[in-house]
Amino acid sequence: MARTLDRRPPATAPAPTGFRRALLLVEKGTKESLWDCRMCGQCILHSTGLACPMRCPKNLRNGPCGGVLQDGNCEVVPEMRCVWVQAWEGSRRLPLWRGHMAHIQRPIDWRLQETSSWENLLTGRDRAVPAGWGTAGR
Amino acid sequence: MKTTSAPRSGLHRLLLAGEFVVTAELQATDSADPASVLELADLLRGKADAVNCTDNSAAHPHIAPLASARLLVEHGIEPIMQLTCRDRNRLALQADLLGAGALEIPNVLCMTGDDVSTGDHPEASPIYDIDSIHLLRIARIMRDEGRYLSGRALAVPPSFLVGAVENPFAPPLEFRPMRLGKKIEAGAEFIQTQICFNVDKLRLFMARCGELGLLDHAWILAGVFVPRSARAARYLRDEVPGLDVPDRVIERMDAAPSERQPDEGVKIALEIVDQVRGIPGISGVHLMSIKNEHAIARVVEEAGLLPRPTVVPAPVA
Repeated sequence: MARTLDRRPPATAPAPTGFRRALLLVEKGTKESLWDCRMCGQCILHSTGLACPMRCPKNLRNGPCGGVLQDGNCEVVPEMRCVWVQAWEGSRRLPLWRGHMAHIQRPIDWRLQETSSWENLLTGRDRAVPAGWGTAGR
Repeated sequence: MKTTSAPRSGLHRLLLAGEFVVTAELQATDSADPASVLELADLLRGKADAVNCTDNSAAHPHIAPLASARLLVEHGIEPIMQLTCRDRNRLALQADLLGAGALEIPNVLCMTGDDVSTGDHPEASPIYDIDSIHLLRIARIMRDEGRYLSGRALAVPPSFLVGAVENPFAPPLEFRPMRLGKKIEAGAEFIQTQICFNVDKLRLFMARCGELGLLDHAWILAGVFVPRSARAARYLRDEVPGLDVPDRVIERMDAAPSERQPDEGVKIALEIVDQVRGIPGISGVHLMSIKNEHAIARVVEEAGLLPRPTVVPAPVA
């Protein structure tokens, strides 16, 4: 299977076909309908109380900004509950991974947008960090 | 542990010496004349140990913080350069951090930034390539490891003190101390909080930070606003996202006749300064106003925080 999957970043990898395309479509269909997933290709849903952090208008991966309204809604989209308020509440309900809210999440690799995070997890591509980042966070 | 290196800035020197520090926010200007920055800054000279140069605050363009901070350095006033993730990707942010180092700006403050939707260019593209915790970490990688995020080496790294902000007054309140812990882990050495009108919330936040063991690792400065009028207080409550302005503050401002409202605002700020000084772990105050620098100076004076301890020019660490 490792040979079927692709470790190259999307800019150089061929468009997904066959098994890789099927994987992408299953992931996209499932996660978009269940969690309003934005297909960043480097999923951390389990670490964020099953609230997709890419729904945050500021793309925050490490917690809420200082602009959360007093009612817990988003400053940018005031009719929407803050993603990180949902993440905190959701994380308290999870039997596992609650402590992950304290983890430092790495900067996003924007090349992975619209790729399958399942594929990227299997190939390890979602764990690649810029050389300077070192071992900080996860 | 709190950074115990040789002082990286005058602010750092005072914090290391255990002084109760005062920082203040400089109103960002809309002028290509350097005098406009310096005249405002002079109102804070001798009153604040360091002065924040904001980065397109409230998502309105103003003079670049890199420029205003350098003007302050040349004018003998110590700046804290704010840097937000709203307008720049990781390349531009690193360029500005290195530039700040070259221009001898001794303190930088890494933050997310108010969203463009709240500003006067709501049609602009927001960037948010990385978040404030990434930016903190990157500032420390550049300073401590002498390289960019990519790993490429810097010939000479910057030596600034790295700060962050936190809002103890906005939801999710229980998560805020943990988030501060993440910022400290990422590299924040000092913290300025969002404006505090609700001292009870700050007390709870600080107690929780103490339980998490954070207070030995960073200096925390409480944000205090000096309202000039009931209108200004209402503006904060209704227009600035994330603020908790209790009704009693508005009521007090309303109760004062309009010519007495500036005095009432100073009185409110003084009471808050007095209360936060007693909270364990609070190492200073960060004073803010809207076009009211004179009132900031009054608060510092009437709170008994003058004269400020002498700031010896920051040595290169």
